[in-house]
Amino acid sequence: MKTIKNLAIIAVFVSTFIACSNDDPDPVVEQELITTITATLTPNGGGTVVILKSVDLDGDGPNPPVINPTNAVLAANTTYNGVLKVENETEDPAEDVTLEVLDLDEEHQFFFTATNNIATVTYDDMDGDGNPIGVEFTLVTTAASSGNLTITLRHEPMKSATGVSEGDITNAGGETDVQATFAITVQ
Amino acid sequence: MTKKIFFCVLVCFLSLANYAQKCVYTFKGTVTDYHDGTPIFGAAILIKNLNKYTTSDFEGKFKITNLCKGELTLIISHISCETKEVSIDLKDNLSKDFFLEHHIESLNEINVTAGLNVKSKTLQTSVLKVDKIDTYSNLNLGDALKEIAGVSSINTGSTIVKPIINGLHSSRVIVMANGVRLQDQEWGIEHAPNIDINTAEKITVVKGANSLEFGGDAIGGVIITEPSKVILKDSLYGKTIVSGQTNGRGFSFHSSISKSTKKGWYVNAKSTLKRFGDFETPDYVLTNTGLNSKAFSIQTGLKKFESGFNLYYTYIHNEIGILRASHLGNIEDLVNAINTPKPLVINDFSYEINAPRQDITHQLVKADYYKRFKKLGKLTIQYDFQDNQRFEFDVRIGDDRNKPAIDLNLTSHSIKTSFEFDAKSDQTYKVGVLGAYQNNFANPNTGVRRLIPDFNKYDVGIFTIGNFVLNDKTTVDVGLRYDYNSFNAKKFYLKSRWNERNYDAEFNDLIIGDFNTQWLVNPKFDYHNVSTSAGISYQLNEENAVLFNYALSNRAPNPSELFSDGLHHSAARIELGDLRIQQETSNRFATSYNFKNDNTAVLVELFFNHINNFIYIEPNGTEQTIRGAFPVWAYKKTTANLFGIDVSFEQQINNQFLFNNKSSFIRGKDLDNNRDLIDIPAARTVNEISFKKEKWHHFNANLASEFVFKQNLFPNNNFETYIPTTDTNVLVDVSSTPESYHLLNFNADATFKLSKKTKLTIGINVTNIMNTNYREYLNRLRYFADDLGRNYVLQLKFNY
Repeated sequence: MKTIKNLAIIAVFVSTFIACSNDDPDPVVEQELITTITATLTPNGGGTVVILKSVDLDGDGPNPPVINPTNAVLAANTTYNGVLKVENETEDPAEDVTLEVLDLDEEHQFFFTATNNIATVTYDDMDGDGNPIGVEFTLVTTAASSGNLTITLRHEPMKSATGVSEGDITNAGGETDVQATFAITVQ
Repeated sequence: MTKKIFFCVLVCFLSLANYAQKCVYTFKGTVTDYHDGTPIFGAAILIKNLNKYTTSDFEGKFKITNLCKGELTLIISHISCETKEVSIDLKDNLSKDFFLEHHIESLNEINVTAGLNVKSKTLQTSVLKVDKIDTYSNLNLGDALKEIAGVSSINTGSTIVKPIINGLHSSRVIVMANGVRLQDQEWGIEHAPNIDINTAEKITVVKGANSLEFGGDAIGGVIITEPSKVILKDSLYGKTIVSGQTNGRGFSFHSSISKSTKKGWYVNAKSTLKRFGDFETPDYVLTNTGLNSKAFSIQTGLKKFESGFNLYYTYIHNEIGILRASHLGNIEDLVNAINTPKPLVINDFSYEINAPRQDITHQLVKADYYKRFKKLGKLTIQYDFQDNQRFEFDVRIGDDRNKPAIDLNLTSHSIKTSFEFDAKSDQTYKVGVLGAYQNNFANPNTGVRRLIPDFNKYDVGIFTIGNFVLNDKTTVDVGLRYDYNSFNAKKFYLKSRWNERNYDAEFNDLIIGDFNTQWLVNPKFDYHNVSTSAGISYQLNEENAVLFNYALSNRAPNPSELFSDGLHHSAARIELGDLRIQQETSNRFATSYNFKNDNTAVLVELFFNHINNFIYIEPNGTEQTIRGAFPVWAYKKTTANLFGIDVSFEQQINNQFLFNNKSSFIRGKDLDNNRDLIDIPAARTVNEISFKKEKWHHFNANLASEFVFKQNLFPNNNFETYIPTTDTNVLVDVSSTPESYHLLNFNADATFKLSKKTKLTIGINVTNIMNTNYREYLNRLRYFADDLGRNYVLQLKFNY
């Protein structure tokens, strides 16, 4: 008798569980997602405009970012006016995250690291505290050579730390939002 | 009247008849404490059908002479014990040992939890009792368990401590909290058991999967915590423990109160508060490592021999700071962290707990009922419900600053019933069934892709175990269990990940929705597991005993092993599960040798565990994203052999001094790849000298030296990565193990009687006396910072 009772209790439980709603979960709307960074370099005084672009549409997924062009060509001893744009292209139309960066400009800074002394970069914009942001910048190439240009967007860097406002990333801290490395030939 | 005379005559006649049967047999035996094996003095042994009566002496021995052949119904009772009724068929002189559930009049004993009997002699068990547990009042379950040879821990800092039994942890170790299997997302290394150590008055560790009653998947072992016992008399008593400590500059407060009546009603309540700020190494502050913990439990019920019930509720809330410097952006930060001897963020001491932090609430409700049936056994029915809410807050920015990165809610129901046939003390059986349902809900509002998906899980288990006392020297245990586990998950996969994992070739039929860059898939996986165990113990003579046991156990993969997919922000690593992973199968052989005389005790435990489909996670290169490169950690399977030896040695030097040593050594081999297994604890040896003087207010002192060897056996998972800002390729050394270390710890206490019913124990405890700098291989934060420096603890314990 007891066993029957127990079985009945179990049956009631099991049926309750099975009756549980079986709705499909909602996809997560990923926040702070940046898929694309574009640097547009316009030579001062005319010449070919160079566009550097890194796109990673699957975010943290396995596909590496697609870098275009695979090897960019810049003119030697030339001053380029640079503008950066960061976007979330998984949305349609693409969300321009640059606006958010400029909106919270005290919390953001781009850093430029060039290897093999192919170029030097200076900031052309400032946040409310007089510290650089880096959406607008000037890039001056040196003599013919080749190397890499790495552009890093840091969120909440310590802009007052030594060297940070001069563009040295070493003491910046904060969190990396974007890091893209472009192969460059200066000729 | 005539009836009475007739009856009298009949009785006389029967006795004569009996006499004629040659009543010359002797029945003797011992009565010992069920729990600790101490002899029980003054137990009444009544032969019910003969009305013969005797009592046990100081050594627990008794003897009844001039018995006839035939069936005897014995009632063994003691003023503070459960009464036992046993039938025996007497054919010859007989010697028999009885175990009574002995509860000391003062505070301890009487087992409130129904059915938690680990009395089997064929298991490798170790027990921590209340006095020892109390000294860990300000710490964690995992810290206390390291008192046992062969048990170590895997940590995230000093407040997230997961026990490891013989090299295995997480889903391979079952934690039983007052009869309930803890369901608290135990699959994660950084998920510590949600249990307040102060709720336990007794902790038993069973090595290996031989205790099939609790589950067939405890490849590592089972940790059984049992709450305080109830006295069957009108009483009101309690305990308060207050500790303050220098490292972490915090306190711990625990208080409990119990009320019980002679009739068996009882109620007890416990609460614990812990508050610590940043912990410190010998040289610097471990920024953001504070703890804020609150726990409460209440239990009530009716405890009678024939039947009874218990109701139990616990609540525990932990807010745990995770070392700030362990938060990483991308692989460059990891390289920097590994190559920098100090953490990259060191702030002044603070009580504040900021991100990264965990915020976990665990609630448990249990109701059980038992009834004994005369000459048959005991029926137990139990239902439990658990709710585990886990928030992990990552260092986030902007509007998401206070939004958790992980928000998982796990609810579990289970119902189980068992019947123990214990009428014959030399032959007991237990059968049981269990049904469980579990739901995991991963809140999408985190704005971070789910690491663990939504799932429903169903479990059914059925077991039978038998215990046979062949003679007074030999005991045999056998068990058989079948488990059915079923997962029904709904999970989003990035299409790129789906293809990269080659799931498109095998699992495309699981896809139920297309969401642009993602598939919604519905994996339904069933696992059938059969587990068996067998053990034999043999008492060679009064001083020497041996046991052998074997267990076959199967463990279905956990959600993390199957479904993990994506960036684990708090670890800055991409973790990848594998849908193809099948259950693990473990064959474990173990043997123990035990020597014990008045002055010396030696316990040597050996085990060999062969595991097919052993599931492990290890570094597996890097993946490039727009934020830079991230290390990938992937779940894999292999065939593994683990073997080890645990030794405990105790030597009474004189009345005051006691020396003991506990050592363990374990080796793990990955057979498929012909290399060592990752995350195997290093060899460890603890030497301890204790001094005891009862006359000086029960003064105790002990000095312990703990030596942990360097783990030289580990797989090389190092990999190279390109660091763009420095334009270099660097080797990421995630494999090398820390150096060996030696710690000295001191502990002393004395007890003072404040009044007839009140006593105060004052204890001081100093850990890491030499303020040694060290790092532990199995601390996940070893890449970032040293372990804790010296700590002074002052503890006051009131018993009233």
